[in-house]
Amino acid sequence: MKVAVTSKGKEPGSEVDPRFGRCRYFAIIDTDTGGFEAVENEGALAAGGAGPQASQTLSRTGARGVISGSVGPKAFEALKAAGIEIITGGAGTVEEVVKKYMKGELKPVTSHSVDSHSGMGGRRG
Amino acid sequence: MKITVASGKGGTGKTTIAVNLALSVEDAMLIDCDVEGPNSHIFFKEPMVKLKDVSIPTPRFDLDICTYCGKCSDFCQYNAISVVQDKLLFFEELCHGCGGCRIICPVNAISEEEHIIGTIEKGGEEELPLYHGRLNIGEPFGVPIIRELKGLAGERPITIFDSPPGTACPAVETMRDVDFCILVTEPTPFGLHDLKLSVDVIREIGTPFGVIVNRDGIGDDRVESYCERENIPLLARIPNDLEIARLYSEGIPMVKGIPRYGEMFRELFERIRGLVR
Repeated sequence: MKVAVTSKGKEPGSEVDPRFGRCRYFAIIDTDTGGFEAVENEGALAAGGAGPQASQTLSRTGARGVISGSVGPKAFEALKAAGIEIITGGAGTVEEVVKKYMKGELKPVTSHSVDSHSGMGGRRG
Repeated sequence: MKITVASGKGGTGKTTIAVNLALSVEDAMLIDCDVEGPNSHIFFKEPMVKLKDVSIPTPRFDLDICTYCGKCSDFCQYNAISVVQDKLLFFEELCHGCGGCRIICPVNAISEEEHIIGTIEKGGEEELPLYHGRLNIGEPFGVPIIRELKGLAGERPITIFDSPPGTACPAVETMRDVDFCILVTEPTPFGLHDLKLSVDVIREIGTPFGVIVNRDGIGDDRVESYCERENIPLLARIPNDLEIARLYSEGIPMVKGIPRYGEMFRELFERIRGLVR
């Protein structure tokens, strides 16, 4: 199964990006084969609706789960519609959180963890 | 002739200048485009009366016809539509009402419904009609109301627009397609900082413009040196006059309380007329 991690870089050792909609990359990991791929989040700088756009990008990668720091309400709704499991509170490197996830140490959440525009660094558009 | 009164910084005196300028020239009308907080009407006794609602088209999706191809979602610049696998999500608060999704849909699954975002009201006085708009609470996007307001110009030969503050879409909408734009500032570091932002924007738009320094006497002369350096006409200086503030606090425009200011605004108008020619 494929699982995505919001990432600041393109490597397995890159740090987890705590923002969902405005993360730099999605690290896509195939938990069966160990395959790794980094997909750029084109919506990172969107004026609005970065969360839903990122959810759509993610849905097209075939990922069945996503690990991030926090997820806003619109992204949560879109990810839920796409049937993608959401895990928040991810921190450390991509490799580390995937290991934790595979050991079953990270549990999916059932509601969004932050309000709209939380990833905008105080500039609330 | 259409003149917009704008400023980067809030609270510099846009409304004061727009109202007093409009009152000082004959055959003028005043349109307050600050739909998030209109306040020109506080200088007039008559209450504002509702003229009409303003609405934007909002898409409705027929999911029996939709093939979830995602073309509407790809088209939407504001990410208001998400198509994930066989589900479609619409985030109404992100929709700007452009209607593009309906046009782009290859199977005609999208129709439109009007969604009311605010109102237009009329007031003022016999010599000076005033129009303003009000964006409903919770609505994120006031530009469609500003567009409607701007379309009301023409009832009188001279239209003065009172712009929302700042340099974002609502201010840009008010500053474009007019003959002249007055940028109001105060002679302080904050005033100068935000004036520079406005100048960058108005130069991009291409509207001829000049600067009015309000509350002249506070602060320093850096706004003046900046205007000189940039070849920006300094149209007028309004002194930091306690009498203006006292009249303001009673809702009386300065030109009605102090006749010499009426003369000043008429001179300002003639100066602008000269610059527009």
